[in-house]
Amino acid sequence: MTGGAPDALPAVEAAWREHSRRVLATLIRLLRDFDLAEEALHEAFLAAAATWPRDGIPANPRAWLVSAGRFKAIDRLRRRARFDKAAEELAREFEHEMEPAADENDMAIRDDQLRLIFTCCHPALPAEAQVALTLRELCGLTTEEIARAFLAATPAIAQRIVRAKAKIRDAGIPYEVPDGPELPERLDSVLRVIYLVFNEGYAAHSGAALTRADLSGEAIRLGRLMAELLPDAETFGLLALMLINESRRRARLSPEGEIVLLADQDRALWDRGLIAEGAALVDRAFATRHIGPYTLQAAIAAVHALAETAEETDWDQIVALYDVLMRAAPSPVVRLNRAVAVGMARGPDTGAELIAALLGEGELAGYHLAHAALADMLRRAGRPRAAHDAYAKALELCRLEPEQRFLRKRMEETRSLGGGDA
Amino acid sequence: MRYVFLIYLEEAKFAVMEAAEREAFEPAMLAYDEDLRGSGNYVTSSALMAPSEAVTVRTWDGRLAATDGPFAETKEHLSGFIVVEARDLNDAIQLAARMPLARAGSVEVRPMRKLAGEAED
Repeated sequence: MTGGAPDALPAVEAAWREHSRRVLATLIRLLRDFDLAEEALHEAFLAAAATWPRDGIPANPRAWLVSAGRFKAIDRLRRRARFDKAAEELAREFEHEMEPAADENDMAIRDDQLRLIFTCCHPALPAEAQVALTLRELCGLTTEEIARAFLAATPAIAQRIVRAKAKIRDAGIPYEVPDGPELPERLDSVLRVIYLVFNEGYAAHSGAALTRADLSGEAIRLGRLMAELLPDAETFGLLALMLINESRRRARLSPEGEIVLLADQDRALWDRGLIAEGAALVDRAFATRHIGPYTLQAAIAAVHALAETAEETDWDQIVALYDVLMRAAPSPVVRLNRAVAVGMARGPDTGAELIAALLGEGELAGYHLAHAALADMLRRAGRPRAAHDAYAKALELCRLEPEQRFLRKRMEETRSLGGGDA
Repeated sequence: MRYVFLIYLEEAKFAVMEAAEREAFEPAMLAYDEDLRGSGNYVTSSALMAPSEAVTVRTWDGRLAATDGPFAETKEHLSGFIVVEARDLNDAIQLAARMPLARAGSVEVRPMRKLAGEAED
């Protein structure tokens, strides 16, 4: 490395972090194939590692990488033509297509990233495949990393990705940003995938690890990207919701790894910066007057986050927001949360009555948090024996170890009080 | 990460092929290796002789026992292997899918494991 640029190799690494996903998104458009684009990306970076130290770092690394990737793909197809007849034809086709201008405008690049995320989250793909594909293609996680994050076997994740790509190819899923009447539904699909990734990182389904920061971090990164690329009420709402939940990460568990409920959390541990950012996004979303379920959930989270103490929580405001959410996106879980809020605003007896009625309808009968919520209301209402039974039911249904420990503790507390009540 | 492609072929399948088709695999596989070299994925590879040329060795109970042929009798035989360096399992699958012999036999893509205390390359 004499006479060249001594910082070129770190520059290649920095370029990988900064540009690799964007270069990939553009290469998929130019080469019309995920696999070919991934190989081209890989080779473009190999070429960068070989030439940047000698020739210096190009003025526009992203454009350089796109151009190199495109040429490498053509080269590769030529080489492959010796054992794959179709490759030659494809190589000729790409060669005759115009090379994208080095200064292709930012709008095109922006759109490539949106094309990629909308394709990975296409509703024709199974939900689990959408998640795996998004993490691999947009976040740059390896198959092995995704498998670890979801506590799944690597070959199972690998096959999900293989099938998803085959489906994109065979079904001819177009590489485009949907518009018109299709957009809201497609956007919904993208936001759902991001929120799923966040929740997977925030509260693991089973096992000892209650929070997996990496997945939540990736989801927030995707949320920021979406809010930047597609400024819309619900993209702001989802990002706000994730940021406000994230702000409580350090307060959610005691040093011993035990769950700390919202009301008992040390609010000094909450990340005020994230809360402020989230609350500002909620305001922006409300200002658009197209308020959707993510914005409403974020608004509820913001009311909690902005209360100085648990006692100062504006429960009436929260009940009002849940009422709107019930109209926008009714679900049994929303009804449960509303019932809890009503209980906090108007007394535990009212809350217990509402939750018991919900459980009676059957849909939530297998949901441990519904029984835990009922138990909590009964405990507050001074009915420890009934609370004890509800905690026992919740414990029976709960799979997460820290939650199990929490429920067991509460159950024992109510047992010691459970002398005379009915 | 390193992966090995274990190539399993069934002799009966090759026996019924036209000679030209059968013979085309060899240059195609060499070109495939060349392709892997060009993309920086290639580590090493080799074709293997027929299982009838093999001997299986065991020293269970401290005694040497050598028997003819491979350990297990199956229709498909391990006929060669390629070691590649790939970013992840899906990357490796993608490379394996381009192998000419994948059209006639099966290719097992297996992550390689480093033993504790083994030297870094």
